[in-house]
Amino acid sequence: MSAETHEGVHRHPAPTSFIRKYIFSVDHKVIGIQYIMLALAAVAVGMTMSLLMRLNLSWPGTHWPILETLFPTGAPGGVMTPEFYLSLVTMHGTIMVFFVLTTAPQGGFGNYFLPIQIGAEDMAFPVLNMLSFWVTLVGFIVILLAIFVEGNQSLGQAFAAIGPSFTGGSGTVGPIGGWTGYAPLSALGKIAGPGQGAGMNLWVISIAIFCVGSLLGALNFITTLLNMRTKGMSLMRMPLTCWAWFTTAVLALLSFPVLLGGGILLLLDRIAGTSFFIPSGLYVSGLLSGTNPNFPLHTGGSPILWQHLFWFFGHPEVYIAILPGMGATSHILSTFARKPVFGYRAMVFAIFAIGLLGFFVWGHHMFISGMSPYSAIAFSVLTLSIGVPSAVKTFNWLGTLWGARIRFTTAMLFALGFVSLFVAGGITGLILGQSSLDLAMHDTYIVTAHFHLVMGVASIFGMFAALYFWFPKMFGRFMNEGIGRIHFWLTFIGVYTIFVPMHIMGIVGMPRRYSSFGEYEFLKTLHPLVLLVSVAAVITISAQILFYFNVFWSIFKGKKAGDNPWEATTLEWTTATPPPHDNFAGVLPTVYHGPYEFAVPGAPKDYVMQTDVGADVPGGNGHNGHKH
Amino acid sequence: MATMVTSTKRATDKGMGSGGRFPGPNGKKPGGNGFHGGGSDGKKRKFSPWSYRITMWMVLAAIVMMFGALSVAYVMASEEQRTPVPMPRMFFLSTGLILVSSATFHQAKKSLQEDRGRAHLRWLLATLGLGIGFLLSQLAGWRELARAGVYFSGHPRSTFFYLATALHGGHLLGGIGLVFYLVIRRLRPLWQLSGEKNMTWTRVVGLYWHTMDGIWIWLFVLLLIFK
Repeated sequence: MSAETHEGVHRHPAPTSFIRKYIFSVDHKVIGIQYIMLALAAVAVGMTMSLLMRLNLSWPGTHWPILETLFPTGAPGGVMTPEFYLSLVTMHGTIMVFFVLTTAPQGGFGNYFLPIQIGAEDMAFPVLNMLSFWVTLVGFIVILLAIFVEGNQSLGQAFAAIGPSFTGGSGTVGPIGGWTGYAPLSALGKIAGPGQGAGMNLWVISIAIFCVGSLLGALNFITTLLNMRTKGMSLMRMPLTCWAWFTTAVLALLSFPVLLGGGILLLLDRIAGTSFFIPSGLYVSGLLSGTNPNFPLHTGGSPILWQHLFWFFGHPEVYIAILPGMGATSHILSTFARKPVFGYRAMVFAIFAIGLLGFFVWGHHMFISGMSPYSAIAFSVLTLSIGVPSAVKTFNWLGTLWGARIRFTTAMLFALGFVSLFVAGGITGLILGQSSLDLAMHDTYIVTAHFHLVMGVASIFGMFAALYFWFPKMFGRFMNEGIGRIHFWLTFIGVYTIFVPMHIMGIVGMPRRYSSFGEYEFLKTLHPLVLLVSVAAVITISAQILFYFNVFWSIFKGKKAGDNPWEATTLEWTTATPPPHDNFAGVLPTVYHGPYEFAVPGAPKDYVMQTDVGADVPGGNGHNGHKH
Repeated sequence: MATMVTSTKRATDKGMGSGGRFPGPNGKKPGGNGFHGGGSDGKKRKFSPWSYRITMWMVLAAIVMMFGALSVAYVMASEEQRTPVPMPRMFFLSTGLILVSSATFHQAKKSLQEDRGRAHLRWLLATLGLGIGFLLSQLAGWRELARAGVYFSGHPRSTFFYLATALHGGHLLGGIGLVFYLVIRRLRPLWQLSGEKNMTWTRVVGLYWHTMDGIWIWLFVLLLIFK
């Protein structure tokens, strides 16, 4: 830690050199943009991988010359090997969950807007904030390295110098194991098959680094929110976005250490010969544990233990991905419906209830692990009870929209899309959350469809909404609304066309993570659906080119925006566009109102900003604005 | 929570507190964006003790979660493995040392509160010595284990003896660094007795130290029971 973090007393001056301004910046706004850029880079990698998977699923055995050029061992003759496909699955999941769905919503938008929305000049510990981004970036570089050490023969051999378990070059694009990295195969090292050497080691190391980065960020978020709110910004006057970021930070703080602990154990199993996750008498790759120098004797470990540790983190993690999207959606729906958020207090409690329940339901990922049926019932009941706060949120969103004169901006469209996807994806959660049904549905495409809709695409829609909404504040220019609308409709229809058929595939019994289904007679009739999904995926992914173009073109050429272009009420819209280095030009605002005072009777305008002095608003209750 | 927090608020909003569109220094709106700077005059931000205390509580929550996860792993592994691991005698000494070190740290804090600067330094140095003694006794405990034929890569339970003590020792090493930092602060020429910052730092380091003490007791009992 440098002197600045230690002391915390010097407001850091505006940087002047390029490197301090854009690269090693301690300004939370720059760090937020860095996180968003990291997510934009990571999502491009993850999306390309899903495209390759779709190509392989719908046209198995087709010769793709480009694949042969890029991956001579992974796709000999331009045809993907099953191992190559599985490593794509793994890396797609890992990159998307960790480096997109955790970085952009929290690290990106949270970093940029949490301090401004509570009226602070910066995070509580700016240097720590910078550190958390750079640690996360190192994690991303390590996970990219996993692709190359497994994909490239000579690089993989170079890693063999560290130790036999570090040998790579198995012709995959990283480890095989899914984003969950299930033991015991993930704990054995090279002996377990392709991708289990260097790639898996780097995967574990990358996740551990990511844990540290997220923990540093979470500390900062919690302290900033509790201690740096400006005068008048009581907890119940905070925008719902801040509540969501805060709850997310608490979830991250309590769940990432568990993954970190599990990751350390897994790494020790892999490189130090310990046996936490490796049971006695294991027989793998034609070898019995203890009969071969490459496969030493292991005793007494439990593979299920890894599942418990992983999912104790893994379930809160999906809420880490979705909660910021919920916050942004509430915020944006209210702004463009020109109505207060319906049931602000209920929304706050629902966010907390979802966060709290998220810690007690990890077992629903493990119904078929051989757990006691009684535990399964307990996990089922707790899981289904999450439906209650989720329904509270959904009905409050609908209540916010009820009778509103909606302004259909692109941000609003994406926020509405979020609600739609959250409901459509969440509803299958009620099916999968019941252990009796899950026994049949586990590891089929209905699971893939469920979690992609509810925590993948929905939180991405939350981020799209957030970016279209806050872009004018961040860069001083609007994103192009015309392109935005095309982007929305293509993506919205596209994701439904991709994921609705997957439900049907799952119910028929199509297993997930298989690289081809040619050998299964009963699945052959589904091929037209598989084809439809792939075509929709290609179109949807192509539509994202519009989005990337829109972002980078608008940064330089977009229509100029004023300080409060959406006529919104919260603190970020009281300051200049883009905000100055210390957010409020040296004078912190004072807050007199709740965050969503739209359509207040008797007010001069149809909205009352949080900083407007209370006396001239006869109808304002100075609170949440939902008493009319 | 809200009242507690507002009481430590920085008083930077005096004067132009009416909010809304406030003018910048020259009556113009403050321009520029985060990239181009502006607005900051290098004024001192008021020291906020709560920032440090909340952060330390959060750090400790995260650390406790990690040791909690490892403990669960140990208990689960113990069900599979029945070979007992003898508790090294040295670990009893460690327990004694770390308990006394918590007491000496408490004395250091108390003497700071009572404006006794010399006693403060003395107790800090005692804590530092006991902390280092603790780590040495842990190393001796490892030798004892190795002599008894318990190695790192044996079965999960024997690994846990080494892993838990190593992770805890690493965290305690961080605590020793923090106490060392307090000593350096104390020896600075401009050090002032009962300054708000000194008190905050002492409190925060104390939180950390006592929690490491507690975690050791927890691990010790766990290793003692499930052996």
